[in-house]
Amino acid sequence: MRQRFTRVLGGVALVALVAAGAAACKKEETPANSAACDLKIGFFGAITGADAGLVTPIKQGADLAVAQYNEKNPNCKVTVAPFDSQGAPTNASGLAKSAVADTKIVAMIGPAFSGESEVANPIFEEAGLAGITPSATRPSLSSAGLKIFHRGVGNDDAQGPAAARYIKDVIKSTKVFVVDDQSAYGAGLADKVKSTLGTAVIKSTKVTDNQQDFSAVVSDVKTSGADVLFYGGYTEEAAPFLKQLRAGGYTGKFMGGDGINDANMISVPGATTAEGVLATCPCAPATAAKGTFVADFKKAYGNDPGVYADVAYDVANIYLEAIKAGKSSRADILSFLQSYNKAGSASGVTYKWDAKGELAPDQVKVYVFEVKGGAWNPLAEAPRG
Amino acid sequence: MNFDDLFRGFEELTITGLAQGSVYALVALGYTLVYGVLRLINFAHSEVFMFGTFAAVWIWGVMGFDADSSRPAVWLALLLILVAMVFAALVSGGVAMLVEVSAYRPLRKRNAPPLAFLITAIGASFVLLEFMALPFMSDRRQIGMPPMLPTAPIISVGGWEVNPLQLMTIVVALVMMFSLDWFVNKTKFGRGIRAVAQDANTAALMGVNKSRVILLVFLLGGLMAGVAAVLASMRTGYTRFNIGFFLGIKAFSAAVLGGIGNLRGALLGGLLLGLIENYGAALFGTEWKDAISFLVLVALLMFRPTGLLGESLGRARA
Repeated sequence: MRQRFTRVLGGVALVALVAAGAAACKKEETPANSAACDLKIGFFGAITGADAGLVTPIKQGADLAVAQYNEKNPNCKVTVAPFDSQGAPTNASGLAKSAVADTKIVAMIGPAFSGESEVANPIFEEAGLAGITPSATRPSLSSAGLKIFHRGVGNDDAQGPAAARYIKDVIKSTKVFVVDDQSAYGAGLADKVKSTLGTAVIKSTKVTDNQQDFSAVVSDVKTSGADVLFYGGYTEEAAPFLKQLRAGGYTGKFMGGDGINDANMISVPGATTAEGVLATCPCAPATAAKGTFVADFKKAYGNDPGVYADVAYDVANIYLEAIKAGKSSRADILSFLQSYNKAGSASGVTYKWDAKGELAPDQVKVYVFEVKGGAWNPLAEAPRG
Repeated sequence: MNFDDLFRGFEELTITGLAQGSVYALVALGYTLVYGVLRLINFAHSEVFMFGTFAAVWIWGVMGFDADSSRPAVWLALLLILVAMVFAALVSGGVAMLVEVSAYRPLRKRNAPPLAFLITAIGASFVLLEFMALPFMSDRRQIGMPPMLPTAPIISVGGWEVNPLQLMTIVVALVMMFSLDWFVNKTKFGRGIRAVAQDANTAALMGVNKSRVILLVFLLGGLMAGVAAVLASMRTGYTRFNIGFFLGIKAFSAAVLGGIGNLRGALLGGLLLGLIENYGAALFGTEWKDAISFLVLVALLMFRPTGLLGESLGRARA
């Protein structure tokens, strides 16, 4: 008898729980439909770790846009939900799934790198979570047939050949050594450089992710007699590689893509060693961005905006514009992006995406940056093909 | 196969291979000492090395030298390196002893099976690694080393060019290893180590304090790793929390190659591994560097399962 009573009581409690749960769900749904409040924008990239130098300014740009929005809309704030991949594709899958599971996240900035994008984008596609990457430049990302993919910058089909033309036409080198890190981004970029340079490439080799000792490559570079070394990869390996090259007596130029265009490329080898390092970027210099962006950024963070900070700022503002216009679901935001056609307030680039998620080619500029006096300085726009 | 590259760069490949091999050998000593006495593979040893690299960064930082500093005068650089080596050796030695006292000793007291030690070793390695990765420690960032020795060659005979750092690495490593060999084979403490390695219980009956000998073994391994850490980080030019991982695997391979548990084997294995890596990289392309060294290791173990010089701590069993 007593047992039965317990069972009945338990049953009643269970029913009550389910009902309460349903009520709670309902409560959440109703206000979300009327006014898009407490929504989140995801940010996916290497927020910490050795690659964070490149991603930090991007995150800061996005944060700045959201902070400005929240100041103007104090009753209906948007938050940035960070997903710290540390730049590793192996971390991307789990993070992407947890991003997708949080229904408050209606849009995604990133993933910042190409390797992690290859893993995360299909997961976002399944959930219909729109993404704009402010920095992943591997061309094939846009040919995977994903609706959610948008690229806020040019890709390595623009960057690689432009870097090669700079080597050929401006540096006028005919002895180029090409090294890549076998990553989705690095290998792709290096291949573009090699195919554009043709016979000017005297030798090429590969290093690996996390490599620490580059002595074998250093000997190889020195014996080859190259006067320009192009590195396709990220700062994590490029910085110690550069340091070991210089210590080993290599005196030629060191050039890379946007993957080495960050502050760690200067701080890890030291400013003296990094002097003269060149890096391209399929973007205009963030320090020359339009409007009040540069001043606002400096005020918020105390330093000049790094590469892609302006792009991330514009991208975040596109999402905020959508949320302000009452788009509160992932599907709404995705269709908002598909018909978007406006110039960004900071970068000045017209954000209008084609069916693959790429910008119009005439919007893509490739700049060459140089380390001078311990800082990255825009040098010139790379020659157009 | 590219024999042209091998012949063209032979001198340089040999020198850089020997320098890198010296570092492997110094770290390999830590694995070999502990294995010789305890039959335990101390996987936390790679983190003992990593702490040494950070110790160097800290002590140089305190003295006002970081990646942006200009190169100091040679006498000052030598002094700075000496200070860093002493400090790093003490830090690494301390960390190694801490691992022994906090992780292995409690297990030994409970007579845990060998597998428990192995898992504990891996666990201890993770604890140390992630501790250094914490935001208030290194925050997973890479930290550049200040420039120290000049890079121009100091010896130049024919095609053989040796820069000061390479010379220092090889000389310091050899000195450290011969001192250790002498210490183990000629001193009273060394006799204790050999006694415990041969038969711990009988040694205890003869009045050898087993716990103290084991602690000494961890300390010695840590001291070597600390010195190796300073030499290696001047070469790679930076450090970060997971820098010990690959080097640990390489040094462990070097120890196995020479015969784990054998001090001279560690020296031979380290130098050989450094050379094989460099020659292999020149022959097959640098991306094959690691594959070749492990291929050689596997091939060797098929014919000599106990390594080149066999398993034994010094001449303990002679």
